[in-house]
Amino acid sequence: MAGRPDPRLPAGPIADAWRRTRAELPLISPLRKRQLQVLVVGTGLAGASAAATLAEQGYRVTVLTYHDSPRRAHSVAAQGGINAAKNYAADGDSIERLFADTLRGGDFRAREAGCMRLAELSSGIIDQCVAQGVPFAREYGGTLASRSFGGALVSRTFYARGQTGQQLLYGATAALLRQVAAGRITLLPRRDMLELVTVDGVARGVVARHLLTGALEVHTAQAVLLATGGYSNVFFLSTNALKSNATAIWRAHRQGALLANPCFTQIHPTCIPSGDPGQSKLTLMSESLRNDGRIWLPAIAGDNRAPEQIPQAERDYFLERLYPRYGNMAPRDLASRRARELCNAGHGVGPGGRSVYLDLRDAIAEQGRGVIEQRYGNLLEMYARISGDDPYAVPLRIYPAPHYTMGGLWVDYQLMSSVPGLFVLGEANYSEHGANRLGASALMQGLADGYFIAPATVTAWLAGHPTPAIAADHPACREARARAQARIDGLVAIQGDRPVDSFHRKLGALMLEHCGISRTAGGLRAGLAEVAALEERFHGELRVPGAAEGPNPELEKALRVADFFGLAQLMLRDALAREESCGAHFREEHQTPDGEAQRDDSRFAHIAAWEDAGEGREPIRHAEPLTFTALQPSARSYR
Amino acid sequence: MSRTIFLTLRIWRQETPEAPGGFRSYRLEAVSTDLSLLEALDQLNERLISAGERPVSFEHDCREGICGSCGFLVNGQAHGPQAATSVCQLYLRQFADGATLTLEPWRARAFPLIQDLAVERSALDRLLIAGGYCSVSTGQAPEANALLVGQEQARSAFDTATCIGCGACVASCRNASASLFVAAKLAHLAQLPQGQPERARRAGAMQAAMAAEGFGGCSSHLECEAVCPQQISADWISWMHAEARH
Repeated sequence: MAGRPDPRLPAGPIADAWRRTRAELPLISPLRKRQLQVLVVGTGLAGASAAATLAEQGYRVTVLTYHDSPRRAHSVAAQGGINAAKNYAADGDSIERLFADTLRGGDFRAREAGCMRLAELSSGIIDQCVAQGVPFAREYGGTLASRSFGGALVSRTFYARGQTGQQLLYGATAALLRQVAAGRITLLPRRDMLELVTVDGVARGVVARHLLTGALEVHTAQAVLLATGGYSNVFFLSTNALKSNATAIWRAHRQGALLANPCFTQIHPTCIPSGDPGQSKLTLMSESLRNDGRIWLPAIAGDNRAPEQIPQAERDYFLERLYPRYGNMAPRDLASRRARELCNAGHGVGPGGRSVYLDLRDAIAEQGRGVIEQRYGNLLEMYARISGDDPYAVPLRIYPAPHYTMGGLWVDYQLMSSVPGLFVLGEANYSEHGANRLGASALMQGLADGYFIAPATVTAWLAGHPTPAIAADHPACREARARAQARIDGLVAIQGDRPVDSFHRKLGALMLEHCGISRTAGGLRAGLAEVAALEERFHGELRVPGAAEGPNPELEKALRVADFFGLAQLMLRDALAREESCGAHFREEHQTPDGEAQRDDSRFAHIAAWEDAGEGREPIRHAEPLTFTALQPSARSYR
Repeated sequence: MSRTIFLTLRIWRQETPEAPGGFRSYRLEAVSTDLSLLEALDQLNERLISAGERPVSFEHDCREGICGSCGFLVNGQAHGPQAATSVCQLYLRQFADGATLTLEPWRARAFPLIQDLAVERSALDRLLIAGGYCSVSTGQAPEANALLVGQEQARSAFDTATCIGCGACVASCRNASASLFVAAKLAHLAQLPQGQPERARRAGAMQAAMAAEGFGGCSSHLECEAVCPQQISADWISWMHAEARH
């Protein structure tokens, strides 16, 4: 790749730019659409909504998911809600405010045109979901209810109890299944994408492994859409589902797709802390709890009294103290960093002093237990099951955990990666969240990409590139298949004695230490050396039981962890190269005297887009400059 | 309070659908009660892999009770003894020191076995394909507040929409009926204005699909309700029978 990637940004003012862009995009006649083949990988919110919409428009769509059913994609676990600039609460919200909150929340590391488009599309997403039968919470009069969420001063988050992602996903997958019934979608479950097929640099299909038979299949199409989610599982312990992985985006990257800002990863402040070394994941407690829960720590370091024995005057409600305007609703990165600092300073509670209290006592006293139960009942039940504590009687214990990855495959304004014909949607791409995503904005972005943006831009691509899909035995397909086969054979052949999880756990611990809430140049350099050394041991000591044929969950995991090693090293490099603090990326060398992130707009107001330079060669860092016309970068202040 | 216990896991092992299966017992020594049962299986699997044996296959993903991937019988009960809990949320603190847990896959004609504790549940998706949706295409939606839905009505629709598709209701039914699954989906959409235009067609099509997939009928044993991790009421099955005549 020569020079900088072209983001194909719209000309003119950013307000209404998407409508103007759409009006110019080429169209395709309904009859011709039926001849065009589109491939969608992933059935989360972005994938399911894109597949359904493209099929409704008449395309022939093939959908791959590694789940047994599209309904199980990890979007299902999103709890809190989805933002939209409906201003139903009549509290002064508007498209401009949602735009500004998104851009500011992302610490001016996203494209303003993309943020504006997202805010403009937000309202229509809610309309679409309601029409599908998504049972959002309602007011007594029957109108939609909304609540406020971290990083916002208005009430613009729509929700379905604590299971908003589940209900939105069921709406989107129902739309997908309707197209299966109509014969326009071929749904292929239990397929794991292992390679991208390109011809002359253009995406033409994928290689997938059938997870029951082990067979490698080639699926070709005239456009390929990746909606394969984020890579928080590089940290092993995260809030992500255990199978969530980076293989699809990493393999696309190895085939030429630029990977943008991989070091922008979000640590969510309100998760159930880790305890036993055998723990397999960290469970998120929706930050909507911060609406009613007060976060505190003992004011005296090392105070090991039970919480109820600590008098009010000896409690440090540190978010309320530091951020009086936002209090417990301070943005995720700030809440996480302050919790970690205080725990490091000896104020932490629970096992190993790695938790903070989230206390519902005052809310229960003011509003009654019934109200709190109605709002958070299912979350609190889940907490009780996992922790063994009663959250109505004692404060919850929470701690930050890796949760969401803003980084992802670089895409232009039309969601196309630097590999022509390859579109990337949802968490898998780098787009509107910048260096830090606001609560309840992931669902909005996934559905904006899938329902509204990709169907228009994929159509524009197909209109200009009507080349028929290649045959499955095309040399490019055979090569891609051979690459996947070689990786499988290589892993099975190691026959060491260590299970894949032991490597993954170690990789996660290294990444959390060196590339987590707080980063330093020294730590990142050490991380690079340690991850490379661990990768070498992985390829020498791994044991994958069984064979490449038949169901083999350990082989699936090994393929994923092998790719996490590559991605981890790119994250470390990216964090090292970004000599500033912004959003969730906090470099200790770059902070203000009072410990806030110090952004450097003169050197880093850009998207870093990494190019793979081939095996054993240093990746190349490209920069796409960011310009701001509607809102000038200001220091983020929530104090 | 964290403690450790000894457990014996008696697990159904069956390498392929065709091969004969049988129980094998594994002893877990000093395992922390802060682990979930699936995490105990993870530990067992690491041990089996290091010893050169085939690990136990079981379905799982989110491990927070919402994706619906996990599910097997624990001592004959779908998802184990704790009410309103999928098996990934079942923690070892529920069990006594020295207990023996028998783990078996869902057993239902419509859920063919894959391996060990894993079964194929795509039949449930085919029930949804038969009609579990509102036929509205992207871009056709009216303004969201144009449709008013009472708070109580929305709550009740949500309660039925919350089904995670785990299949416990089928596995615990002596007829392997999917009645609770189908009733929940029909009730979700029938309670909302959006679901009205296709209501009768949906009810007929989904119930016909249920029979065609090899699920049995309901004979009102209500085990489905008892094991449902989302606590969906079996009253909806009676409602569905009336709905068929709607």
